Amino acid sequence: MNEARHPLRLPGTAVLAALAMLFLYVPIIVLVVLSFNASDMTTIWTGFSLHWYAQALGNDTMLVAIGNSLTVAAAATVLATAAATSAALGIARSGGRVRTAVEGLLGLPLLIPEIVTAVALLMLFVLVGVRLGLMSVILAHTVFCIPFAYYPIRSRLAALDPALGEAASDLYAPAWRRFLRIELPLLAPGIFAGALLAFISSLGDFVITYFVAGPGATTLPVYIYGMIRTGITPEVNALSTLLLLASVAVVAIVFRSGTTPANQTRGEKTS
Amino acid sequence: MNDTIVAISDVSKRYAGAVQPALAGVSLDIRRNEFFTLLGPSGCGKTTLLRLIAGFGMPDSGQISLDGKLLGQTPPNLRPINTVFQSYALFPHMSVAENIGFGLEMLGQPRETVRSRVTEMLRLVRLEGMGERRPAQLSGGQQQRVALARALAPAPKVLLLDEPLSALDLKLRREMQIELKRLQTETGITFVFVTHDQEEALAMSDRLAVMRDGVVMQVGSPENLYDRPANLFVAEFIGEANFWNATCLERSGAGGRFAIGTSKAVMPVAEAQGLAEGAKAVLVVRPERITLGAAEPGLLHGTVETAVYRGSDLVVHAALAGGGELRARLPGSIAAAGLIGTATGFAFPADAVRVFPA
Repeated sequence: MNEARHPLRLPGTAVLAALAMLFLYVPIIVLVVLSFNASDMTTIWTGFSLHWYAQALGNDTMLVAIGNSLTVAAAATVLATAAATSAALGIARSGGRVRTAVEGLLGLPLLIPEIVTAVALLMLFVLVGVRLGLMSVILAHTVFCIPFAYYPIRSRLAALDPALGEAASDLYAPAWRRFLRIELPLLAPGIFAGALLAFISSLGDFVITYFVAGPGATTLPVYIYGMIRTGITPEVNALSTLLLLASVAVVAIVFRSGTTPANQTRGEKTS
Repeated sequence: MNDTIVAISDVSKRYAGAVQPALAGVSLDIRRNEFFTLLGPSGCGKTTLLRLIAGFGMPDSGQISLDGKLLGQTPPNLRPINTVFQSYALFPHMSVAENIGFGLEMLGQPRETVRSRVTEMLRLVRLEGMGERRPAQLSGGQQQRVALARALAPAPKVLLLDEPLSALDLKLRREMQIELKRLQTETGITFVFVTHDQEEALAMSDRLAVMRDGVVMQVGSPENLYDRPANLFVAEFIGEANFWNATCLERSGAGGRFAIGTSKAVMPVAEAQGLAEGAKAVLVVRPERITLGAAEPGLLHGTVETAVYRGSDLVVHAALAGGGELRARLPGSIAAAGLIGTATGFAFPADAVRVFPA
């Protein structure tokens, strides 16, 4: 158990790791601390205050933006997760080259620069005649959320004994009952994780949203960007902290509800 | 008694990308209420055949019928056939009782019927009071019983078992062999059992089919296959045997006389159909049919190299005088000390020999 004495461990890695963690989290800590700053000046600390939270939460335009963000995230999550689940199940049943090709195509959007996807979607919407608004944002978010939702579901499915589905069919379950009673509950932790990733990705997206959002479809990140252009105020800090809190809360909730069924299936695999 | 429940006729199957077919023109009749075993080395097609009966995949050609009705493209959920999977495939998110009741539930049986049938099945597989547990809380042997109960609960016409005992240790496997045989007799359901373990197959089956490379090599009762193997593969795969190269010296009636190896030993054989005088052949003799005889020229003799006392019998290895080896299972009452290193004569009755063309 004495990991410090591990023979393959290079000296100084602990220091490097600590520095890396610092680099990752210092900006966020600074942001959170400054959101409680009493001063108008973002970077000069004058005293503790909840003033900026009150101002942020009393800002109606911003509340609309939060509402838009949640609507878009919820809709895109449901659509993307459903699509990703169907894709995972479908691909699992096909084999060989088809599988490799489709999996590659599904994952590719993760590697495409976001700006390319944004421009492409904008062009497509204009070409097809989709009016830019909340709907176009939901469609766009669904598109880029599918790969995020897909991978956790697929890895969950890969760990599942294919004989379980066969056993259900063998015991007289038609395809849809087999899905509802066997595959869906056993995939639930993966679907949860996929939905969570999709939700967080949608909630935080700026680039694609900025391109495809029409008037009245301002989401929170787009709104915050707008605020920054007129000078960074501690209100932005307060808002960002709230967004961070919301994300962490969602992760915590899903992580808790997701762990129990996952452990059960893994225990069963020992036979 | 000769009532066929599963008729397999000329079934072939080749998996995409495979060079060899998994099944090449298999025909079999499985009889009602029998314990039928598909036996063969891995890759012989036995599991493929089982999966085709269950409906997981369709034959490329040929027909499978159940109770006189062609199964054709009927999906697994519409076949009154249940399977015990090699991995058990118990539903991990359901209790033991929910697992066992799943089939009946899917068949739309009322809740009360399902509950009483589950209780009955738990008693049948001796897991009373375990209904509320999760599969992960059970031992391998118990999981095996749940898988059996789950497959038996809907009272299928045929129960398919895909190497269900392979994950169990030897002691548990022996127990389950007896248990399976008991369940089959008690329920009166036709069992089709797949295994690569010939001992298991001999112990449990009413009849068995030995398969190799997608072809059925022989079908018959365990006694029939053991005593009268139809070919060298079956003789080698089932039980132990001595295999000696021989030459046919003389044919008379059904039998003849054969010279073993390069020795001067000439042994009478009761049945030697299809072999002409002068033909090369392989003689097959089971070790327990060999007795001690006179060590004289013209008779089979050799030097005993090892003799292992095993209580009921004495297992003797000898180097034959004309080359080749002999393995005999003699009565345990014979003293090993007097045999080792000595030139010993061996004999066997003419009807103990099976002859195959070399």
